[in-house]
Amino acid sequence: MSDELDQLPHTEPVRDPGLPEHQYRPTDVDPAQDKRAERQISGMFTVASLLLVGFCVAYIMIDKDQTFLGWSAMNFTLGATLGGAMLLMGVGIIQWAKKLMGDQEMIELRHPASSSAEDRADTLKQLNDGINESGFGRRPMIRRSLFLSMGFLALPTVIMLRDMGPLPYGHRNTVWKKGMRVVNDVAGTPIKPSDLQVGQLVNAEPAIMYEMDEEGHPVLHGTELLAAKSKAAVIVVRMRPQDISPAKGRENWGVDGILCYSKICTHVGCPISLWEQQTHHLLCPCHQSTFDLADNGKVVFGPAHRPLPQLPLAVDSEGYLIAVSDFTEIVAPSYPELARDQKRLDDKS
Amino acid sequence: MRKLSTRRRHPLAGIAVLLVALGVVGGVYSAVAPEPAKAATASTQDVEAGRQLFLIGCASCHGKNASGIETKRGGNYGPSLIGVGAAAVDFQVGTGRMPMAKTAPQAPKKDPEYTAEETRQLAAYIATLGAGPAIPDDEYTDTSGKTAEQISEGGEFFRTNCTACHNSVGAGGALPNGKYAPALDGVSAKHIAEAMITGPQQMPVFSDDVITPEDKSNIIAYIQQVQDQPNYGGMGGGGLGPVVDGLFTWIIGIGGLVIAAVWIGAHGARVKKK
Amino acid sequence: MSTIDEQTNIEDTAFGKKAAGPVGWLDDRLGLAGASKRSHLLRKVFPEHWSFMLGEIALWSFVVLLLTGTFLTFWFVPSMGETTYNGSYTPLNGVEMSQAFASTLDISFDVRGGLLIRQIHHWSAALFVAAMIVHMLRVMFTGAYRKPRELNWLIGLGLLLLGLVEGFAGYSLPDDLLSGTGLRFVDGLVRSIPIVGSYLEFFIFGGEFPGDLIIPRLYMVHILLIPALLLALIGAHMILLVFHKHTQWPGPGRTEKNVVGYPMLPVYAAKAGGFFFVVFGFTALMGATLQINPIWVYGPYNPSEVTAGSQPDWYMGFVEGAVRIFPNWESTFFNYTWSWNVFLPGAILPGVFLGVGAGWPFIEQWITGDKREHHLLERPRNAPFRTAFIVSGMTAYAVLWIAGGNDIIATQFHLSLNAITWFCRFAFFILPIVMFIITKRICIGLQRADANRILHGYETGVIERSPDGGFSERHAPLPVGKQFTLTNHDRLPVLEAPPETDHNGVAVPHGRMAKLRAKARAFYYDGVVDKPTVEDVHHAEEHLRDHDGHPVELGDEFQGVSETGIPRVH
Repeated sequence: MSDELDQLPHTEPVRDPGLPEHQYRPTDVDPAQDKRAERQISGMFTVASLLLVGFCVAYIMIDKDQTFLGWSAMNFTLGATLGGAMLLMGVGIIQWAKKLMGDQEMIELRHPASSSAEDRADTLKQLNDGINESGFGRRPMIRRSLFLSMGFLALPTVIMLRDMGPLPYGHRNTVWKKGMRVVNDVAGTPIKPSDLQVGQLVNAEPAIMYEMDEEGHPVLHGTELLAAKSKAAVIVVRMRPQDISPAKGRENWGVDGILCYSKICTHVGCPISLWEQQTHHLLCPCHQSTFDLADNGKVVFGPAHRPLPQLPLAVDSEGYLIAVSDFTEIVAPSYPELARDQKRLDDKS
Repeated sequence: MRKLSTRRRHPLAGIAVLLVALGVVGGVYSAVAPEPAKAATASTQDVEAGRQLFLIGCASCHGKNASGIETKRGGNYGPSLIGVGAAAVDFQVGTGRMPMAKTAPQAPKKDPEYTAEETRQLAAYIATLGAGPAIPDDEYTDTSGKTAEQISEGGEFFRTNCTACHNSVGAGGALPNGKYAPALDGVSAKHIAEAMITGPQQMPVFSDDVITPEDKSNIIAYIQQVQDQPNYGGMGGGGLGPVVDGLFTWIIGIGGLVIAAVWIGAHGARVKKK
Repeated sequence: MSTIDEQTNIEDTAFGKKAAGPVGWLDDRLGLAGASKRSHLLRKVFPEHWSFMLGEIALWSFVVLLLTGTFLTFWFVPSMGETTYNGSYTPLNGVEMSQAFASTLDISFDVRGGLLIRQIHHWSAALFVAAMIVHMLRVMFTGAYRKPRELNWLIGLGLLLLGLVEGFAGYSLPDDLLSGTGLRFVDGLVRSIPIVGSYLEFFIFGGEFPGDLIIPRLYMVHILLIPALLLALIGAHMILLVFHKHTQWPGPGRTEKNVVGYPMLPVYAAKAGGFFFVVFGFTALMGATLQINPIWVYGPYNPSEVTAGSQPDWYMGFVEGAVRIFPNWESTFFNYTWSWNVFLPGAILPGVFLGVGAGWPFIEQWITGDKREHHLLERPRNAPFRTAFIVSGMTAYAVLWIAGGNDIIATQFHLSLNAITWFCRFAFFILPIVMFIITKRICIGLQRADANRILHGYETGVIERSPDGGFSERHAPLPVGKQFTLTNHDRLPVLEAPPETDHNGVAVPHGRMAKLRAKARAFYYDGVVDKPTVEDVHHAEEHLRDHDGHPVELGDEFQGVSETGIPRVH
């Protein structure tokens, strides 16, 4: 070591004094300390054993409804005994290493990560022998056709993923249809305009979500229902008619100041119902896009780009709110074909 | 606030106010307030006492005849209280939101300025100005006999209509420009019901025709359930969700384990001689 | 050592005699002894420093994840099939939900210890990623990624990326309201990918969102695909660590050609093994006392429900923040919709963070032209540009974190949501620059302080009064070991402009690149203080000798503080 250091050029302002002399721990020199550490460590292991037995006792004895400090007693006791035991075992082992195990610092020499020139030459020779014996270099036809087939191997790998899902279909309709009733979410009850006061918000759904087929089963259920909801959920709000400034063509989309908008944010699709009845602003809790419901769902803040789609409303013969048609704008987050689909939708209407 | 308003204590409001109020109410609210006011039980003394309290404490913002004061820009200094009903008064005054201490994005909850008796009198007075929702009774607020099914049904209504603003355990949430949906812990059943019926400040109205009184009491029962039930897993972080979990991860988790690493790597006590 | 006379050899013990047969049998077939001797594994030396244990937190968290995750799979049902809940948690009785959610409720309320294991699993997932980041910052700040460790740095980044995806997949599995909201975001993000977005969406979800396949698919990814990749990469990470031998801090006796520390057996086997128990125990205590992800209050996923304070777990917070503050850009051309407002912050920005991280060792190497192997770590102050660069990256990341929690910050600190958003929009660009400048100045200041301590000694805290009444503080020389430690780093390279023409007057090829590189190098080393030269030290010594008394050898009577600032005790 020191020989090597002496050969270094003396350009450094301070020369390496070398490893300092080893200093001993109290446990190395004082048998009493040594004994004490030993007792301390085995004490930790013993308590850990007791805690682990306690874990089993708690598992058997504690009822899962019991509480402790307003927490589940089971969860707390099992965690505290298990965690305490593990922590004591860990601390004990580390303490053993720190206080009692060998303490002499050791030196290991490093070698460059690279192989020696000799090793490289040897390996290269072996590689060349292998390649030459295979004739890989001399037989380009075999080589190229092998590469070709390997390239083609990618095809089945990719094509096998084809049935991961259907191809995206064109315009994504919602389940809203002309004449479908707007019903209160959860309860499924139809809504009359007179049920709504100015400043009221109703979280609503299309009536089909609460309809039963002939056999008495829901028409939509499970993930089918979720998929329908993720596009068709709406909010119905009532404002003073004079506060609303409908866009051209939308003058008749409301009923006495009652308007219906998609509940699905046009940004990334969170359901939005944080409606401020005085400012008429609707806030998305996920990324804070804000829409003005008195102004055709226009974006007034945040990362959403497209206004919130509005559902044209009317009243049926029994006086309940119904949809005049499906949405005339694409609901839910944007996707690459949106512009094309929107154009088709515009052409249709 | 009440002291400030004393100079407005003119004996101008009287029968004329009542007449004006009734006229406005008849015109605007007959269509939208299908339920008749139930305030008829209050005595005339209560109404008169309420009127006096109103003129002292409320008229400076809401106008001597409670029809509101408009600002020069056309906004509301204090909105009209005609037809808001006893429920609105009981909520706003009973939770200390009114009278407002200072102009702010929204009136915060604070210790009530008025006693329960005074609040009742104020409510009685406002209720006479126009038909509006009455203070909700046991039909809304009695949750003692609720079954698990009813509570669970209330939970479905709560998650659909309430959690978006008030958070899934009622911890509250942010609204634009400094406004917020307040936390629901410690809010009485009556005040929750009143808020749903009247739609205070930015909160929308949830009328009885859409969310029935029984639904409302189920919602209240569910709120009480989630707030009273144990935090099964331990300290809950105020129900604020992953942001608090992240703070705990870094401060307690990484903090604690880095301390352990420092201890493991520490050189420990040394002595000079063997 | 006191135990030296009690030494016994394992082959002489009763256990050793019994084990000799089976061990010999194994060695006959595997040649273990030879392999162990060649790799010097049992007595491999590891240097000791607390910051070298940070990666271990991540490693042990991963082991905890494997153990607790296996337990959870016994009950979890990865299905989106519809079911009606009728378990112990009555407030959800009769509610329609997926089997995934119902089985997670069962784990939480009907399997004894299930909630504990779930919470340990979630806490250690959060800790796994956090520890990886802390470890990564240590490696970055100390230049440990330099040659020959660049590949291990890339493997580490791969582990971090996989950790994020793994965490996200796990977050989505219970199918509660937060998971579903997170998946909804991913659906929006996938859709926003230009041209192929819809195809990817339909292939990933098996149709339109949510479909009924995403949870089984994520389950496979979560418990098989990514854990297998993580295990493989962790293995490679460890093998390279052993092959390169651990880096060490400069100090007396520590050179680029050696490693000084304690042997793997017994010291590090005990310290590292013990640390596993500490990590597990600590996480178990967190699971016992801190509630995480109470899915029962969120309720089952329903696309028309959401809760205020919907956030991803912390490690996705920076993406969430970027998505929140990004302007609402969306454009239409070539008859396609391009959702920049989601695609850029959601997909490109994390890619930029990762790309800069992956490229940094190579960029730095290109700027400095340093092709040597490095095994001695560099103190952050001695690489001011690097340190400032990392701090500015951390600042940008932190701004995104704030943006990701803007609603919580708004309600807890009574601030305006919109004001926080606007603040973050500007701060993302301005604060990193400010922090770069501040950090660099601090580093250079610390370098100057180091040079002062070498040349003029350290301040002893002893104030002396000169005959003419002036007060001065007595300085004392640093111990030689300390002086060496402070100077044991690279001297600044000589910066010179590259020649524009070769000796024949012909323009040098790649002249523009060389110029750019010279500029980058000048910026990289700008203002950096070089360590004192041999002459500086001699000069300072002579200077001090002339001025009587500064510094002096310290006798036993000396009452000031030691070089570490601790008062001397006699």
